[in-house]
Amino acid sequence: MKFSTRRSGEKAELQLTSMIDVIFLLLIFFVMTFKIVAQEGDFNIRMPLGGGAGSSENTNVPIKVRLRANSAGDLSDLIVNDNLSFMVQPAAGEDLEAKFAREKQVFAGLRGFILKLTNGVAPPSPDEGPEVEIDLDYGLRYGYVIQAITSVTGQRQGDEVTRLVERIKFAPPRKPQ
Amino acid sequence: MKFQQKFSAKAADGDMTAMIDMVFQLIIFFMVLINFSQDDQNDKIKLPSSELAKPAEAPLKFPIVIHLDSNSTIYMGSNVATVESVGPLLRTEIDVLKSRGESAKEANIVIRSSFDTQGGLVQDLIKKCQELGFEQFVLRVKEENSI
Repeated sequence: MKFSTRRSGEKAELQLTSMIDVIFLLLIFFVMTFKIVAQEGDFNIRMPLGGGAGSSENTNVPIKVRLRANSAGDLSDLIVNDNLSFMVQPAAGEDLEAKFAREKQVFAGLRGFILKLTNGVAPPSPDEGPEVEIDLDYGLRYGYVIQAITSVTGQRQGDEVTRLVERIKFAPPRKPQ
Repeated sequence: MKFQQKFSAKAADGDMTAMIDMVFQLIIFFMVLINFSQDDQNDKIKLPSSELAKPAEAPLKFPIVIHLDSNSTIYMGSNVATVESVGPLLRTEIDVLKSRGESAKEANIVIRSSFDTQGGLVQDLIKKCQELGFEQFVLRVKEENSI
């Protein structure tokens, strides 16, 4: 017995119009909602009330990093242990680029100090090694605080990051008079 | 004189395959990169940058994200507060932690502050959190030379 096939010679045609409509709608939705987000990272600080950072068994005196601010909130001085200043005085008529370069130099000085102190070797564990206490003027911009933390916590060489100081704490806030 | 029309009766059939392939690839690209989570993002915050910034290797334990902008306004989820009035919001978070059998000590306070915020305000915020029992703080920064 032979069944007759009506469409044996015909080619099946797909109706693509509606699918393309939906796909384009999806594409427009994703393009409109797409947002490029900058890569973010963290600095972890363990700071219980009234205590230092990290282990309480470590009784070393912390390295004090004092950050002074001018009235505009810019960095005006960076002093380590009350006696060693890394500040570079601004030249007359300093532009923004020169200011950034000068500030970079200041924080490079701080990193140099930390490198000398730690011999460029990471502490054996996050609870060990030297401790840094950051004491800042109330009006100092937060960006400078992060620059100081970056300078003391480590250094990047290519893709490699060497940790230098893991224990960081803040001095009590200096409320404006 | 009469010209012959070769394609008069036939409708033009374009080959859609290549276009559909490309469009699907675009959709997949955007789908993979899209980020719906708005919890740890805030347009008002311009994070400071750091060359040491690296994404966390493991997710933080009980993160509480606090956004602090340059006008000393705090954003926690949909709530808006100041450093002075953030206490009740933090206490609510502590209650949530307690209901899960955890304490404030276990939580991580993630501070996303603008680069031009007064550093003293960040210190005040940390102090406020310390007074409520929080011990672990995360200062969030963006990768240097990123967008």
